[in-house]
Amino acid sequence: MNSMSGSPLLFEGADWTYETLQRINDACEAIAHGELGLKTYPNQIEIITTEQMLDAYSSVGMPLFYGHWSFGKSFAHHEAGYRKGLRGLAYEIVINSNPCISYIMEENSATMQTLVIAHAAFGHNHFFKNNYLFKQWTQAESIVGYLDFAKSFIADCEERYGHVAVERVLDAAHALQSHGVHRYPRKRKPDLASEQRRERDRREHQEQMFNDLWRTVPEKEKNKPGNLSDDRRKALLELPQENILYFVEKTAPRLAPWQREIIRIVRLIAQYFYPQGQTKLMNEGCATYCHYQIMGKLYETGQITEGSYLEFLGSHTNVVMQPEYDDKRFGGINPYALGFAMMQDIERIVTKPEDEDREWFPDIAGRGDPAAVLADVWANYRDESFVSQFLSPALMRRWKLFHVQDGGDPKKDLKVAAIHDERGYRGLRRALSRHYDVAWQDPDIQVVDVDLAGDRRLMLQHNVLNGVLMSERETREVLQHLADLWGYDVHLKEVDAAAGKVVKEHSASARANFLQGG
Amino acid sequence: MHIVDRRLNGSGKSLANRQRFLRRAKTLVRQAVRNSSKDRSIKDLDQGGEVSIPVDGVREPRLRRSSKGGVREGLFPGNKRFVEGDTIPRDPSGGGGRGNEGAEDGSGEDDFRFVLSREEYLDLFFDDLELPDLAKKKLATAESQSLSRAGYSTAGSPANMSLTRTMRNSLSRRIALKRPKGEDVRALEAEVEALAESGLDPGRLDALRAELAHLVERTRRVSFVDPIDIRYRRFNPVPKPVAQAVMFCLMDTSASMTEHMKDLAKRFFSLLYIFLKRRYKNVDIVFIRHTHEAREVDEDTFFSSPETGGTVVSSALDEMIRVVEARYPPGDWNIYTAQASDGDNSSGDTERTATTLRDGVLPLCQYFAYLEVGRENETPHMGFVQRQTELWRTYEAVAKSGADFAMCKVRHRAEIYPVFRKLFERKEKGAAGGATARGASA
Repeated sequence: MNSMSGSPLLFEGADWTYETLQRINDACEAIAHGELGLKTYPNQIEIITTEQMLDAYSSVGMPLFYGHWSFGKSFAHHEAGYRKGLRGLAYEIVINSNPCISYIMEENSATMQTLVIAHAAFGHNHFFKNNYLFKQWTQAESIVGYLDFAKSFIADCEERYGHVAVERVLDAAHALQSHGVHRYPRKRKPDLASEQRRERDRREHQEQMFNDLWRTVPEKEKNKPGNLSDDRRKALLELPQENILYFVEKTAPRLAPWQREIIRIVRLIAQYFYPQGQTKLMNEGCATYCHYQIMGKLYETGQITEGSYLEFLGSHTNVVMQPEYDDKRFGGINPYALGFAMMQDIERIVTKPEDEDREWFPDIAGRGDPAAVLADVWANYRDESFVSQFLSPALMRRWKLFHVQDGGDPKKDLKVAAIHDERGYRGLRRALSRHYDVAWQDPDIQVVDVDLAGDRRLMLQHNVLNGVLMSERETREVLQHLADLWGYDVHLKEVDAAAGKVVKEHSASARANFLQGG
Repeated sequence: MHIVDRRLNGSGKSLANRQRFLRRAKTLVRQAVRNSSKDRSIKDLDQGGEVSIPVDGVREPRLRRSSKGGVREGLFPGNKRFVEGDTIPRDPSGGGGRGNEGAEDGSGEDDFRFVLSREEYLDLFFDDLELPDLAKKKLATAESQSLSRAGYSTAGSPANMSLTRTMRNSLSRRIALKRPKGEDVRALEAEVEALAESGLDPGRLDALRAELAHLVERTRRVSFVDPIDIRYRRFNPVPKPVAQAVMFCLMDTSASMTEHMKDLAKRFFSLLYIFLKRRYKNVDIVFIRHTHEAREVDEDTFFSSPETGGTVVSSALDEMIRVVEARYPPGDWNIYTAQASDGDNSSGDTERTATTLRDGVLPLCQYFAYLEVGRENETPHMGFVQRQTELWRTYEAVAKSGADFAMCKVRHRAEIYPVFRKLFERKEKGAAGGATARGASA
């Protein structure tokens, strides 16, 4: 760690220069790698203006993205809010890529830049690199390259087929984005780097193999549809299939190759973001814990002034504030607050356990090496499993958590199912863990059947959970998009397994030549 | 670690997406802009600003569970009084009731609000409108000439000398005439010197000396930069089309004009002003008000102070012709006229008004718009043939005779903008031209 001549201070006052940033980064790195044992991608720090931050907001934080009106809409929305002073901007945006790109704003003070670097460039960076979900589902090396390909491919399509045609495919694909991810790893890892090459190869292969004569060759008897058993047919179509976009891309009868490619792009990007939705709590917890540790160490070793440390604490406490349920500001559980509290709690259990902790966490209580325990936690859990493993009774008591149930009968009162007492801990923990379980939160909708030989109607099924049905208007609109992609009728049944019956049905028909028409 | 400074990359990366968004929501946004223009005061009309459009037109649907019905759970921090098994009465506004799954539903919000820039606002505001005869055909004289670059010349002022072009000529001339290079001459000098010092081979020394003398002589003759090389940047004077317009606002201020009517007229004038402002660099406004006699006044007087007297419209037209002659030569100015009146005119003046308008005013103007303002509570008349005002009949006759002239009636504030659009809407090319009467009952 190099420091200013004689004085260990990294900076004084609010101003900063590139040298200051470099010094801050080096100092943070020494603590992060040395004392906290973080393993990170190399960092790239990009300095941007407010305007550019708004720009980045509107392309889901990515440095480049394909064009679509919905990003313009979100820009207009954020801008209106920002100009009116209704909301501030994030201090930073960090991208899961290699090198790990962090955007920091030019108007941040030197203290804030230190905080941001500690938080994003080391905390988030470590999480991206080590968490199993990110390792499994995303390729940090190639995401920027793939986005570049996606952007130019879609711009190319717009030029060739017109804005309207491309926009319609994108609208439809975006509507189904939440159901365009594989939730379980498949045999082959998708490889973003080779996507572009494979797209070209597929097209070339088709062009080379095209021979009109094949059309005239009589089909073999046994390949004729109808002879297949129902199960075999479904198996060939990979049914039931919960990745609706994947199914449409592979099976929809009437899509042009470029339309399939656009669906694929939307699908792969949704897949890239899928881990982030499942690890919000842990990711923010990890980053917040890291910046808190690093800032504390910097202050202890006299590398930042008391004033800076107070400025930092001000921001930090704002971020980890959790309003109580009857507070006007309450808007659900703050992932920064809960994540940070849990990380600190784990540190406490590892270093200064009580008897209760020994009983609840025999594996880690009193092990004395918080860095190693946390590194293991960050690498091998997602929000749902993290909460169900590590939410301690002590923390539940401190937060005074309670669990309310709504039985679904509008005439009956709500019931308090569990509170922070001996009888309630496990129930609370289970309920909170379910709150972070995507399988529990996202409606379970699957493609169950399609009659490719008959009227080609696509059959979907929603497995109703707890009697909560789909939002009717939105579902109608999404189904309309799906029908347009599919080209034929689409039918969604909402099945309540508990009651064992179909509760509600929705259907939509494709609009004639909608995707083709200009 | 890398540090990359992106600040110079420029913002506006999402401009293309913003345009996509505006294009998609164009009908809605245009409607919103028109609605908002009704409620704005005149001065704010040409600012950008917040508009709101129904969220339905730009919704992005997702597969979501409904926010109502079914068994739900919620987990909350900060328990103060509950124990297990307590019941909480349902309270739609209370915090402890509903689960938090449906919170992001967005169904509570009906409008999508965002800010349009001034340019975007006015673009949508004046969408499809066009000024008749946008630019004068005749180009003005010396004052409005501008210079534009046009190649190089061999003569000019030293300030305009083009160094690169001059040096390029010089270089090619030196190569063509084989001017000895400086280093060659220096090398030869060194060789001569060395040879002279050593005293060997006097024959070769003489030969080298002769060659050196030749080179030096040649260097002197073929100069480094010759006057012949020098080039100047040349500028051509280019006449500029007239970028200035004057707008005449004529208004009847006799007692029969109520405040409401004046307000209508004011709105119309402001619209026209903003519209002209977008097309011309300089826009002058001349306010002429009249009763039985006309006077040029400033804006405040024009709209506020009341006057009494009869109504002689031709006096205003005369005054306008006088002002044009005094200050706005029609060759240099695009002249637009808007007249507002309740339609009264003294019966003796009819003939004179028609003549002045046809022969005096219309030939000067690019466009003449007549706005007849009515009382707010006036019921729309059925057979309007009977109820037409004196002035309307007079002007209608002029319009029918084929002048470039538009007339309209307005009774309510909300009608101003549609009428304005009607007067200035883009005409089909190849239609009967601007000559047809565009007047109609509002």
